[in-house]
Amino acid sequence: MNGDGTSSRATDVLVVGAGIVGVACAAAFAARGATVRVIERGPIGGGATAAGMGHLMVLDDAPAEFALTRRSCELWTELAPDLPPRAEYSVAGTLWVATDSAEFDVARAKFVRLREVGIDADLLDESALREVEPALRPGLLGGLRLPTEAIVYPPVVARWLLDRAGILGRPSMLFARVARIEPGRVTLDDGTVLAAGIIVNAAGVDGGTLTPGIVLRARKGHLMITDRYPGQLRHEVVELGYIKNAHGAALESVACNVQPRATGQWLVGSSRQFDVVDPRAEPRMLARVAARAIEFLPCLAHMNVVRAWTGLRAVSVDGLPIIGEHPTQRGVWLALGHEGLGITTALATAELLVDLVERREPRVPAAAFDPARCVVARAS
Amino acid sequence: MSTRVRIDVDGRSIEVDADASLAAALITANVATTRTSVRGEPRGPLCGMGVCFECRATVDDVPHVRTCMTRVRAGMRVRTGAPAAAPLTAAAPPLARLDADVVVVGAGPAGLAAACAAAQGGKRVLILDDNDGTGGQIWRRDAATPAATWRARAQRLGVLVESSTRVVGVHDERSLLAVRGDAARVVGYGALVLATGSTERFVTFPGWTLPRVFGAGGAQALLKSGLRVDGSRVVVAGSGPLLLAVAATWARHGARVVALVEQAPAARVRAFARGLWARPAKLAQAAWLRARLLGVPFRMGWWPQRIDSAADALRVTITDGRRVAALATDYVACGFGLVPDVRLAAVLGCAIERGAVVVDDEQRTSVPHVFCAGETTGIGGVDKALLEGERAGSAAAGIRSTTSRAMLARERRFAAALETTFALRDELRALTAPDTIVCRCEDVLRSDVDACASWRDAKLQTRIGMGPCQGRVCGSGVAFTHGFAVADARPPVFNVPLSTLCGGPDSGA
Ligand SMILES: Cc1cc2nc3c(=O)[nH]c(=O)nc-3n(C[C@H](O)[C@H](O)[C@H](O)COP(=O)(O)OP(=O)(O)OC[C@H]3O[C@@H](n4cnc5c(N)ncnc54)[C@H](O)[C@@H]3O)c2cc1C
Ligand SMILES: Cc1cc2nc3c(=O)[nH]c(=O)nc-3n(C[C@H](O)[C@H](O)[C@H](O)COP(=O)(O)OP(=O)(O)OC[C@H]3O[C@@H](n4cnc5c(N)ncnc54)[C@H](O)[C@@H]3O)c2cc1C
Repeated sequence: MNGDGTSSRATDVLVVGAGIVGVACAAAFAARGATVRVIERGPIGGGATAAGMGHLMVLDDAPAEFALTRRSCELWTELAPDLPPRAEYSVAGTLWVATDSAEFDVARAKFVRLREVGIDADLLDESALREVEPALRPGLLGGLRLPTEAIVYPPVVARWLLDRAGILGRPSMLFARVARIEPGRVTLDDGTVLAAGIIVNAAGVDGGTLTPGIVLRARKGHLMITDRYPGQLRHEVVELGYIKNAHGAALESVACNVQPRATGQWLVGSSRQFDVVDPRAEPRMLARVAARAIEFLPCLAHMNVVRAWTGLRAVSVDGLPIIGEHPTQRGVWLALGHEGLGITTALATAELLVDLVERREPRVPAAAFDPARCVVARAS
Repeated sequence: MSTRVRIDVDGRSIEVDADASLAAALITANVATTRTSVRGEPRGPLCGMGVCFECRATVDDVPHVRTCMTRVRAGMRVRTGAPAAAPLTAAAPPLARLDADVVVVGAGPAGLAAACAAAQGGKRVLILDDNDGTGGQIWRRDAATPAATWRARAQRLGVLVESSTRVVGVHDERSLLAVRGDAARVVGYGALVLATGSTERFVTFPGWTLPRVFGAGGAQALLKSGLRVDGSRVVVAGSGPLLLAVAATWARHGARVVALVEQAPAARVRAFARGLWARPAKLAQAAWLRARLLGVPFRMGWWPQRIDSAADALRVTITDGRRVAALATDYVACGFGLVPDVRLAAVLGCAIERGAVVVDDEQRTSVPHVFCAGETTGIGGVDKALLEGERAGSAAAGIRSTTSRAMLARERRFAAALETTFALRDELRALTAPDTIVCRCEDVLRSDVDACASWRDAKLQTRIGMGPCQGRVCGSGVAFTHGFAVADARPPVFNVPLSTLCGGPDSGA
């Protein structure tokens, strides 16, 4: 008998958190034949995973980020044919839009880099841009199109991944709140202790509360979604300023990021606010997000918004994810700090984690994600 | 005879009553389907009061217009079915600001009473309502007393009324964001009275999504908005005293009420009716209704099982659990009671218990300067709404209420009696078949939801409640069938054009 009253095989891997990152890790371990249990305090995929836009994109501004996002996009492409319709996988392509010549230079440099490594991309001048995306306002300088990038609906994918790995039912899926993670054991809020050789902390923005010494900052984002206006937007439209914002340290920023959902709805983002954890949507931020999006896509002004919400991105000290074993707590593995890219990178993160556990040469270089860089010694 | 105007519907010119709502005019003209659902089913008006979004159509090239909240205009061009593209018109009007000592949201009985009480206390009062007139649900476009009396009183007291204006959320400290058309305005208040009323509870069963099947309140609202029903047949089904009102109004307008099907057992309803003898005002109302209802076949302890569309009519199958009967009809008015509309209150942060806003003796909510009255604090009908409104308005103005606490206590006992008398029977839960649509906006089936553990889980996995109605229709349904706690309020409280959200608190307004 296990501590929780279920009789089953001993658990090899305990995953804390059923966000996209946790379930991807759980599924990857299960695929290697391990006995996996997932512990989640809320609904599956109900954390940042429910809030995120689900844009699967390659970012190439740092080599490590590029390697992880690129590998992950490959894994998504492999997964795509199996995804259920409700996962709303669609290859809309990304359109990076330049408002001035400096941004167009960024687009051109990106174009050259991506083409060099064999990623499909088109550099568009103003008229070509308007031709591929007529909803954009006139007067933009041009842009970069990545025709193969896709969009998913993350919470459905999360549940489906668990289901496919056979982890959805009991006793594999446990709905409970974890109080503590220690080497070899997880203690639940009700005092129950669960044991496993491998414990994965994938608790998202709250990961630091379970593994003290790991510092994650919350970065709140605001999104809105419209009623259905099918066929009027073709690509995920992102202003090039987004990259600056995402990587920047500004306390508060807003960039146009508008996505055509498979339903015909437009998902309108997004903002970034460091250290704000109040989940309520702020009129001030909604106003900024709305105004920025309308600036690029004027017809949005007259489209009905049905809902607004927020989510918290988890940010490590250097903005890169934390993937690997804790430097001092043996058997405690971390999959945290995915900022605004966790949907994209979840699959490669899981693959990397399994590679590291199995002491294999990882496909994606692991050094940049080493937890050791993020552990802060605590003054006792 | 009212004036007639011509409008264009899907390229066809038709003549309609000039003062009707577009939804009512379309149904009268035999256009009962206004939109095509996600799965391609025909859909038409359900709630009649602007919350279900089933009556959306493209009007003068603007997609997703609620036809029930839009008045007919000569030359109007209406397109049903798939929505048109979003228009690329000129920039939205700038953000304006309005201020009042006491702002009242909702111009139903509770809101009117609150506004008058506060105005009597010397305050500058502003009422905002989504409807294009005052009176709320019960007095919608009703010229008869007491509606007219209250309207005249409010006018005499200098109460300002902003109609066709929906309050969509909080703007800043002591100010709301309201939207009229595509114009946003900031409404500042010293004190705020929420009198947002209620919406209908729908129990889902096969056929409830067919065009010409309305909510019970929906049928009432459509009729009061100009739907012509003379010579047509209606089955009124579901639960609660509202069914009596619907049957009476439809009969008065020349409809033949095929049956009034009340799920509550006859004995319980009779005991409730006997209790009304002690209540002169309510008794009068009940007797009046009964007189009107002469000839209406009552079926107490019966409930609808399914609705099928047969040739040019609808066929309603009803049961009492043992026997089954089929009724042919043109329309069905079907509702299972009301639920408080607490969305705006929730967005403001007011404490909510058992689906209603919590208030103290002076109608104060848990949020400073915010009061609440009427159905929003618990379903109890018009008399409770008027009393609570007066008390809320007085408290908001800082004056003493002129109504007695004893009267209010009596109304609240009546509300409690309503709840037990018309409690929904368990058998109704089984009416929802695996392939019955539970969420009309997104066409989610019961079987999809059965696998989910909570309202939030169901939303994330099935898209239930994620469409334009934001759970106003499906929420109460799955709360009943699945026992989910459905608490879910986010801005904007109503769908609004994105441009109306652009004026943030730092924009100077
Ligand atoms: C506005 C916004 C837009 C975004 N857009 C994109 C995008 O387009 N593309 C992209 O790739 N990424 C995007 N992201 C980022 C992405 O959503 C996140 O990086 C990703 O969801 C993180 O997944 P996770 O599993 O690490 O965290 P989460 O989804 O938050 O999962 C953590 C889980 O752990 C559980 N948990 C926490 N503590 C405990 C405990 N003590 N006991 C039990 N369970 C616990 C939580 O309940 C939660 O379910 C966006 C994020 C935001 C906020
Ligand atoms: C569709 C319907 C029809 C009904 N018909 C009858 C009937 O015929 N006879 C009967 O006895 N009872 C009827 N009732 C019950 C009736 O509502 C109550 O008995 C009582 O009149 C409620 O008064 P109230 O002031 O609390 O709410 P209501 O009369 O419902 O008034 C609330 C008002 O608030 C407005 N509102 C809500 N939210 C917002 C917002 N965010 N912004 C702006 N405005 C807002 C609404 O448009 C509405 O006008 C009906 C109820 C419904 C739902």
